[in-house]
Amino acid sequence: MLSGRQVKQPATLRALVYSARFRGIVYQVAVVVGVLALGWYLVHNTLANLAARGIATGFGFMGQEAGFDIGEGLIAYSAADTYLRALVVGVLNTLKVAVLGIALASLLGLVVGIARLSRNWLVARLATFYVETVRNVPLLLQLFVWYGIVTALPGPRQALDLGLGVFISNRGLKVPVPEWHDSYWPVLVLLAAAFIGLFVLRRWAINRLYRTGRPFPWLSVGLAGLVVLPWLGLVLVGAPLVWSIPELKGFNFQGGADLSPEFAALLAGLTVYTASFIAEIVRSGILAVPHGQTEAALSLGLSRAKTLRLVVLPQALRVIVPPLTSQYLNLLKNSSLAVAIGYPDLVSVANTAINQTGQAVEGVALTMAVFLVISLALSLLMNWYNAKVALVSR
Amino acid sequence: MIKPEDDIHNALAAADVEEPSQAVAPANSVWKPLSWAKSNLFDSVPNALLTLLALLLLWETVPPLLSWGLFNATWSVADGTAAACRDGTGACWALMGEKNRLMLFGVYPYDQHWRPLLATAIVIAMLATSALRRFWLPALGYAWLGAVVVVAWLMWGGFLGLTYVETAQWGGLPLTLGLALLGIVLAFPLSIVLALGRRSNLPAIKAICTGYIELVRGVPLVSVLFMASVMFPLFLPEGVTIDKLLRALAGMTLFTAAYLAEAVRGGLQAIPRGQEEAADALGLSYWRKMRLIVLPQALRLVIPPIVNQFISCFKDTSLVTIVGLYDLLAATKAALADPEWRPFFVEGYVAAALVYWCFCFFMSRYSQWLERELATGTRR
Repeated sequence: MLSGRQVKQPATLRALVYSARFRGIVYQVAVVVGVLALGWYLVHNTLANLAARGIATGFGFMGQEAGFDIGEGLIAYSAADTYLRALVVGVLNTLKVAVLGIALASLLGLVVGIARLSRNWLVARLATFYVETVRNVPLLLQLFVWYGIVTALPGPRQALDLGLGVFISNRGLKVPVPEWHDSYWPVLVLLAAAFIGLFVLRRWAINRLYRTGRPFPWLSVGLAGLVVLPWLGLVLVGAPLVWSIPELKGFNFQGGADLSPEFAALLAGLTVYTASFIAEIVRSGILAVPHGQTEAALSLGLSRAKTLRLVVLPQALRVIVPPLTSQYLNLLKNSSLAVAIGYPDLVSVANTAINQTGQAVEGVALTMAVFLVISLALSLLMNWYNAKVALVSR
Repeated sequence: MIKPEDDIHNALAAADVEEPSQAVAPANSVWKPLSWAKSNLFDSVPNALLTLLALLLLWETVPPLLSWGLFNATWSVADGTAAACRDGTGACWALMGEKNRLMLFGVYPYDQHWRPLLATAIVIAMLATSALRRFWLPALGYAWLGAVVVVAWLMWGGFLGLTYVETAQWGGLPLTLGLALLGIVLAFPLSIVLALGRRSNLPAIKAICTGYIELVRGVPLVSVLFMASVMFPLFLPEGVTIDKLLRALAGMTLFTAAYLAEAVRGGLQAIPRGQEEAADALGLSYWRKMRLIVLPQALRLVIPPIVNQFISCFKDTSLVTIVGLYDLLAATKAALADPEWRPFFVEGYVAAALVYWCFCFFMSRYSQWLERELATGTRR
């Protein structure tokens, strides 16, 4: 047993130096020490610099009075509120534009992506033109153009009347909204009930389809319920639907809801830009489904619409969802360009705070942390959805 | 290759059947556009409706755009003011004649504009040369080295008869091109290290690299640039200052490296495991294995993604506007700040957009071509 004895050789220094395990540990220790040393050096310099300039450190400033106004927000805010509240207003504004942008960009992207594959030559060419033009121009430039267009519109007195009480002027878009009335509660409850009913109905219909093979048009029935139930509620409570309609009083509009010019420009820019990328993703996803699938579905007697809905789209989604996730994340991150056109998103509020307090480190770190958390939450959500649509294999 | 028609002819000949007469030849060529339109635009009712809708859209947009941009446009002004443009109803392309220098070169000293112009021309010529596979030779590397020295001399000056121009005065297209190119070139080595680190077996190194990549990819470029412009001065020892341009470049590089690392990782993952095992069996060390076996194969695969990354890097350089550098977009914005020409901002932005578009469009076409070109080795 010569070999056995060789293995049991005492560990000499030479053997230790040449063992991959030992070397691995040495490398890792070296890198970790190096990173820590760099970090310590930077922190040390930063603290020394901050002390030299008399700038406070820590997050104590969050409780102080902010002292600046914010143009718009989802929650009440005044200049007397704290920095913390100002930053929350910024986060909510970021979320507002990101959520609306994602919804609109998905819709537009889906339409353009399908249009690019249309058998109609003219429609396909128009969609290609849109994608190739928009994709190759920086978003910031597009935002400047959108913002320029919105602010170059005529003032409120000469506002463009789009009918139905919708006005566009350089103060933004004004739309009528129903006025809140306490008797609307039952209507809201019915609306929620219709939503829940839609999901229950879907589950029941799919179950029945699997059990008996008989389909049920759950989508049309459910959507009809979604419209009819709240309307029924309105009739039952006898509440007169009162609309708050924008009206020109003096120099500006009163009543109605409005979209500020900054918000409108940012939303338009983000939607149009991201949609051109989503369109390409949708197109490649649909092209990735072998044509035999469509032919097989048609030969089974499924209609074109059903082929698309039941055969092509579920398979295309598997290809579409992962890159779509990164486009959603891009839209969220690109919403930070708001700072360039003055929409008070998180980055622009944090910037104002940095300029006032001088606490750049905390401000930038906070911004990055919030974006990381939102990004992470969004990608978790999309990964969950991806796992749902992914191919179930052994 | 045998065409299906040949097959039919052969089959017909073999079966000794008379070929169909030419009486049922394709329709008269005059009808071709019409039959094409019928099969491509009007083959069903919904399709015809779509076509009509698209035509309506074109009818509503194209003639007004043409009359604005071409027929009613003001192409030049004699007196250097925008009076003629304000009187006209069309686009004011005279803006380009008055402001093109400012838009292209920013606040670079006016009488020295030939220098950035020449530098930009050299860089574009070098890029065009490097794009062709025929020139992928060691000599190209030396040519780039020479070009970089000449371009740096042209931009900075300070010796051999050129006056010194500080970086704060650089601007316009040269700045945009330079930031994008240097950003991607400097980010490349860093991205290889990060990608290798992320695939490493050593947990601490893997954690550090993964953490860096995910952290940077999770935050917007704007906040990275803010960090670079506000925090970098704080990071350095007292008394050491860092140039504004250099700070933005560092921010761009750190940002691009994280995205590029993911592209490189994709290439690394595509290399069969057997290649690494064979290198191990030959007794190569980790670095030699990577340098001689894995990276040459992996990097060839990631050239198209790198070009795509370069395109987004090129577009992203416009964000340095926000931290106060005069790139092409900021220079355009500055040119439009003149109240005289302010009403004609659309024309200014359209011109800048056209420059960006040309670069990005040709690069994306190039990346598609390259992908096909590089695949010839592995395609059967």
